[in-house]
Amino acid sequence: MSAGAISPQSETPPHSALLEVRGIAKSFGRVEVLKNISLQIAPGEFLTLLGESGSGKTTLLRLIAGFEQPTCGEIWMSNERLDMLPPYKRRVNTVFQNYALFPHLNVRENVAYGLRVKSTPKTEIGGRVEHALSMVKMISFADARPATLSGGQQQRIALARALINRPRLLLLDEPLSALDANLRKQMQSELKALQREIGIAFLFVTHDQDEAMALSDRIALLRNGALEQIDSPREIYSRPATAYTAEFIGQTNLLRGEIKDGVARCGALEWKTSEAGGTALFSLRPEAIRVAATVPQLPDAVCFRGVIRVQIYSGASELLEIAYGDNQILRARIPATGPLTGEHEFVFSAADAVPVTDRPAASGSPAG
Amino acid sequence: MYSRAYKALISAPPLLWVGLFLLLPYALMFAHSFFLVRDGSLVHHWNLQNYRALFTNPLYLQVFLRTARIAASVTLSSLLLGYPLAYYLSFHAGPRKQILYQLVIVPLWVSYLVRGYAWKTILGSDGVLNGFLQYLHLTHEPVSFFLYSPFAVVLMLTHIYTPFVFLPVYAALEHIPRPLVEASQDLGANRRVTFLRVILPLSIPGLLAGATFAFVLSLGDFLAPLLVGGPSATMIANIVQSLFGAAYDWPLGAAISVCILLITVSLLFTTERLEKRWSFK
Repeated sequence: MSAGAISPQSETPPHSALLEVRGIAKSFGRVEVLKNISLQIAPGEFLTLLGESGSGKTTLLRLIAGFEQPTCGEIWMSNERLDMLPPYKRRVNTVFQNYALFPHLNVRENVAYGLRVKSTPKTEIGGRVEHALSMVKMISFADARPATLSGGQQQRIALARALINRPRLLLLDEPLSALDANLRKQMQSELKALQREIGIAFLFVTHDQDEAMALSDRIALLRNGALEQIDSPREIYSRPATAYTAEFIGQTNLLRGEIKDGVARCGALEWKTSEAGGTALFSLRPEAIRVAATVPQLPDAVCFRGVIRVQIYSGASELLEIAYGDNQILRARIPATGPLTGEHEFVFSAADAVPVTDRPAASGSPAG
Repeated sequence: MYSRAYKALISAPPLLWVGLFLLLPYALMFAHSFFLVRDGSLVHHWNLQNYRALFTNPLYLQVFLRTARIAASVTLSSLLLGYPLAYYLSFHAGPRKQILYQLVIVPLWVSYLVRGYAWKTILGSDGVLNGFLQYLHLTHEPVSFFLYSPFAVVLMLTHIYTPFVFLPVYAALEHIPRPLVEASQDLGANRRVTFLRVILPLSIPGLLAGATFAFVLSLGDFLAPLLVGGPSATMIANIVQSLFGAAYDWPLGAAISVCILLITVSLLFTTERLEKRWSFK
């Protein structure tokens, strides 16, 4: 992991970190699933582990929960070494992907489980169960069996069952992936509101970048078992460090070119830059490109003429595929304007062309 | 849709089979239990004398209680061996799982009789066990109570029926989703508490099925007492066998069989209901 991928403003001072992962690696047999991961979670933070399947995000979560042992590295919570403890001694709780509710217990017994096994006084259990169930609006289902509940309801019970233990960190393993699209959106906002309300740090695993953007304080993007970038959603979107990040989070145009004497040249496009000379790669988001006639003068404007090849209408905006120069293609997302054809003048601000590195995936066999 | 003729044609053989080899013998047995034997020949005269004999002669009750006691011991010891074995294989055997599973299954392919005779050679006066004890100078002359005792019967039947307990328990344990075990630990339960609160309750259907196998099969066994049991371990099926054989009292034998059948069927009915009560989907 090169230090350059972590932007300085995102680093939390060590003394305030709730959880710290130090140089964690994990191999299953000869397959290296995680490679030298280091990251910190601040108290009350909503951190998302984002990545494709096989990127190692679930493995990292399981290491923190204690279901797997790291091959090397350490995990610390406050001043306690966590990776040496069995799962039942860690002050973290997990919401499992398929909820993992106990089928032989009813909702109330499921939620009370954590308190029961820790010999909490009976008088205290009742009230806390009521409170946890009301928090997820499931109080009227207290006597139901999990099998009779819908996916969304089971999700809420799983959440209540974990939160009743007052963990310092809640781990969520793709908790919304089994829900249909509408319910998913609704649960996202409820989850975020709940997290704000109770102030517990959430470590949330997902492969859905929209979900990560909507929920997170920071996103840690994993790629083939290595940390690609960790930043706030705004930062990671507007300042992607690598081509992979730029393409994984949102859509982008990747412009390959050359920098010479403070001028970047990508095919027919050129603009002034302060970057060092040599070959370079830039990420230019589609929404940064506009039809010149529709916008006032931009600072550091880069203008070019192009022919609209494809126009795809999607309500509030439209996606254009623009052919320019030597038959190169740029995609632009502009506010809906009605049908456009033929050649137009387009413009973007040079500041929106973000230099990114073209780093290949970290060496070693990719995780299945 | 299939035609009625086709349905009738395809269901006829199994129905015929069940009728001929199951229902008819039961009906004959049931009928015989109300007949009599007089002067060495069967008298087709409906009466309840056989059942009266069963409930008034203490010998039958005594043998039946011994049989139930042996069957219960076999069930308990098969569970004590079979459940931990199944638990170990399902949760902790790792890559050795398949080979161990096969090792548990293999004895089922060996004839019951062969296994019975094996125990005879192990437990007998000049058997392997006595030879070993004398070699160690722990005993000076052969110990005779190993063989021909209820203990020998329990030992042999436990050996035979432990796989029957193992299999359903193992299947039940394998069906427990592993995230449930992780969830339990995640919520603060150690291994022991997780076993008692999650694994054991979810394996109860398999446990009941295994216990039923061991108990019902032991209850009707007559070969083990014959081979290794001796007179002190005579079981109810031995009585039935001798009534149908040497004693030539089919009606009394049939009456005992009807009673055993009723007990077995009500037992199966009860455990099936219990299994349903304890299965969750």
